[in-house]
Amino acid sequence: MKTETRHEQFEAPSVLGTFLRRLHIDIPLFIGLLLTALLSMVILYSAGGQNIDILMRQMGRVGLAFFLMTVLAHIHPYQFKRYSTVLFGFGIILLIAVLIIGQIGKGAQRWLDLGFFRFQPSEMIKLTTPMMIAWYLAEYPLPPKAKQLFIATLLIIIPTLLIAKQPDLGTALLVASSGAGVLFFGGLSWWIMGGIAALLTALTPIIWHFMHGYQRDRVLTFLNPEADPLGRGYHIIQSKIAIGSGGVYGKGWLGSTQSELDFLPESSTDFIFAVFAEEFGLLGCLGLLTLYLLIIARCLFIASQAQDSYSRLLASSLAFTFFVYVFVNIGMVIGVLPVVGVPLPLISYGGTSIVTLLSGFGILMSIHTHRKFR
Amino acid sequence: MPNMYAIKDHSLERHLFINRILAAFIVISFLTTGLIVRLIYLQVVGHAHYASLAKDNSIKLVPLVPTRGMIYDRNGKVLAENTPSYSLEIIPEQVHDMDDTLSRLQKLLDISNEEIDQYQKLRKRQKRFVSSTLLLSMNDEQLAKFAVARPYFPGVDIRRQLVRHYPYSELTAHVVGYVGRINEAEMKDLPVAEYRGSTHIGKLGIERSYENDLHGKTGYAEIETNVQARLLNTLNEVNPEPGANLYLTLDIDLQKTAYDALEAFNGAVVAIDIKTGGVLVFVSRPGFDPNPFVVGITNEAYQSLQSSENQPLYNRALRGLYPPGSTVKPFVALAGLEYEAITADQKLFCPGFYQLPGVTHRYRDWKKGGHGSVNMNQAITESCDVYFYRLAATLGIDNMYDFLHKFGFGEKTGIDLVGEKTGLLPSREWKFEKKNQAWYPGETLITGIGQGYLQVTPIQLARATAALANQGKMITPFLVDKMVSVQGVRPGVVLNSYNIPMKSENVASVIEGMVNVVHGARGTAKGINRGIDYQIAGKTGTAQVLGIKQNAKYNENSIDFKYRDHALFMSFAPVDDPKIAVAVIVENGGHGGSVAAPIAGQVIKQFLKEKHEN
Repeated sequence: MKTETRHEQFEAPSVLGTFLRRLHIDIPLFIGLLLTALLSMVILYSAGGQNIDILMRQMGRVGLAFFLMTVLAHIHPYQFKRYSTVLFGFGIILLIAVLIIGQIGKGAQRWLDLGFFRFQPSEMIKLTTPMMIAWYLAEYPLPPKAKQLFIATLLIIIPTLLIAKQPDLGTALLVASSGAGVLFFGGLSWWIMGGIAALLTALTPIIWHFMHGYQRDRVLTFLNPEADPLGRGYHIIQSKIAIGSGGVYGKGWLGSTQSELDFLPESSTDFIFAVFAEEFGLLGCLGLLTLYLLIIARCLFIASQAQDSYSRLLASSLAFTFFVYVFVNIGMVIGVLPVVGVPLPLISYGGTSIVTLLSGFGILMSIHTHRKFR
Repeated sequence: MPNMYAIKDHSLERHLFINRILAAFIVISFLTTGLIVRLIYLQVVGHAHYASLAKDNSIKLVPLVPTRGMIYDRNGKVLAENTPSYSLEIIPEQVHDMDDTLSRLQKLLDISNEEIDQYQKLRKRQKRFVSSTLLLSMNDEQLAKFAVARPYFPGVDIRRQLVRHYPYSELTAHVVGYVGRINEAEMKDLPVAEYRGSTHIGKLGIERSYENDLHGKTGYAEIETNVQARLLNTLNEVNPEPGANLYLTLDIDLQKTAYDALEAFNGAVVAIDIKTGGVLVFVSRPGFDPNPFVVGITNEAYQSLQSSENQPLYNRALRGLYPPGSTVKPFVALAGLEYEAITADQKLFCPGFYQLPGVTHRYRDWKKGGHGSVNMNQAITESCDVYFYRLAATLGIDNMYDFLHKFGFGEKTGIDLVGEKTGLLPSREWKFEKKNQAWYPGETLITGIGQGYLQVTPIQLARATAALANQGKMITPFLVDKMVSVQGVRPGVVLNSYNIPMKSENVASVIEGMVNVVHGARGTAKGINRGIDYQIAGKTGTAQVLGIKQNAKYNENSIDFKYRDHALFMSFAPVDDPKIAVAVIVENGGHGGSVAAPIAGQVIKQFLKEKHEN
């Protein structure tokens, strides 16, 4: 650890380095994110049917997200800690508001229309839930005791259920895992984790009972996609064909035929990994996974260097949630997990998830660049 | 344990945290390895398999769209069919110079600027490799010209498709309905797999009510194509199952007779087979040509239909609400007998008006000077209003409501068409709820002659008439007699009926009055009794559109056409063995006897003649 600290000091003297430090930008993380975003443009151009409009729109969103990340990186972590509870409470109120408005409108609703743009409270809660749990656990000695565990669990379950009711299973899963991540890094005992895993297994039939019809269909489809090849199994079958046909080296950029013939639905959004795997092959996939792992590793490193419990727990949980994003999306596209609406982070077409993700990285950069002792 | 005290042990916490970071990294690596193993399985082990499935992505799963079921009338005449049509399609990606291609096509095929503009808009919304439609249906000349010039237009092609066609056009628009392009809202609720490849869906009438049966079951084929997307080989095929052919109870010839008989009037004619409940005639005039709706009606044409004063899009037979006028009198008379409020022979005096005790307002009879002393038979025959004012006053609104409700007034008939109206059968409760007012005795009187709040639909009136003819047996009317598909023959609907308890001698007394309406010397519809060897029972009705003030006089010639009275007629025949019940409503027709009754007469005569000849 000491050597790493020294390494940082060696890195500092350059003019550019000083400038970036002033900007509160963490260079390795920034480079990793930028590379992924550029890669996203390359794939989107192909997956979106070579539509320049789509690309320009996404570039605008990514630009905005990077800007927001820089702004957040400037805010001292103390401020995040201080406003954790307020932001969390505010997010919960908005979630309830969305549910009520949705009920009045008699349809599923995830966003509030603020006139100039649509705001999804569930996106905000993805960040404020780990902030809240981290704040709460950091108030007490770690590892947390039974009472704290109980309250923390409650704090995770409330937003998760509110989002699951929208219904948005993918986001609910991400929120739950961001909270659970904090508990894990806070030192939740292995025994309890084992117990919960056993309990969840036992509760499967009950969860099944509370699922929406379409959610059950997704699980059934996952278990046997070939049963309904034109309907619900369609996505998975087509995406497996796309990935498998890519082979080791891929068909080359713009060489995807599955998406071109429109046999791969949602090729720009949730299923974009299939296009990537078809065009760039196994080697490309390994490269992308490596890029993701490097980002996660850097984030975990930042967490390990953080100087107080709150920062540590928040940073590590954000890193962990990012991995959950990657794992759930790729797992679903390659057919090892059921289909839930989780985009491939930083790569899928769409603005909301990228803004939230880069905001999270902004917080990480803030934690890393505001340390007192280096 | 050191953390039993509420004091933080920072070095211990940090140590614990670093351990967890390491653990997390191990878990992450482990799970990532899982993903990689799966990727290797798909891309290395399974590569050959998937590559052959997607050989230059040449193996495609294409939906095979089922042929929509045909719709026939009771005699097997085609009401809805599928005719081939040819559209001009462009795949933008395969066109080198779009502007040049479009301008050459425009010159060659005489395409309007609007159509080109519309296509340009459509093209921007779609992906470059998706085929988009320039011309929806090409005429023979365009077809021939393009066929010759085709090699000069790479990326442009003709596509053959089946287009729904309704040969009887406006005659069946309100019964059979039409299909139209699936819109986004409909797409959301449709089963994805079943409608992959389908472009149209039933929007109105039978086409909509029986969408599930008419659509059929989508099949699919795994086909192998080359780079030019030419079919090379079909590997595996699950054939589509065509939709069921529907046979309606409707008689299109009778339908035409009724439609033509309405002439220039707006109105509705409904005829029901009394024995089965099958609908023989279901006319709403004016109709409209449903065929433009199938290919996509122009906004201009739609607006002109929408804004037309005659409201051709309005299904009068199903949704038209009319005061029944005197056609309700046979039911009120029967109620009087059933509740023993009166006997058939009892005479009531009609001086030409009726006054409620202590009220100066005079409820007038249509005949100035009155009908004198009349029994039930005479009251029905001559449509004496005063007799029914007095009977209604004796019965009271509660009894009238209960009895008329049994005949299906104020309730949907349950016919197999979407969008039926309930009509309105007023009651004390209804008035209190809707208007927050008590029920006034005067309102009971005018309900007794079918005015006031009371509103019926033509299908309701026909059904109630059929029930009266059938000794109180209420049948749910229906249009689809049977469905013929690969699975065999199924009935269209489950037949539904219930019996209204009533004394047969009471029914006979009422029917006797109705026979006199047509066959009696003073009957209000005696014009239609010629040339038949059976008896028709009926009742005329005239429904006020405009309220007439006390002491004012209604003069047909001096008021605007649209404020003239509606003419109504309800009837059934033959009286000794009832087969057909007919309800006719002629908007602004004036008198029921002179305008509405002859239409019903024509329908009855033609139907019974056909029946006799068979």
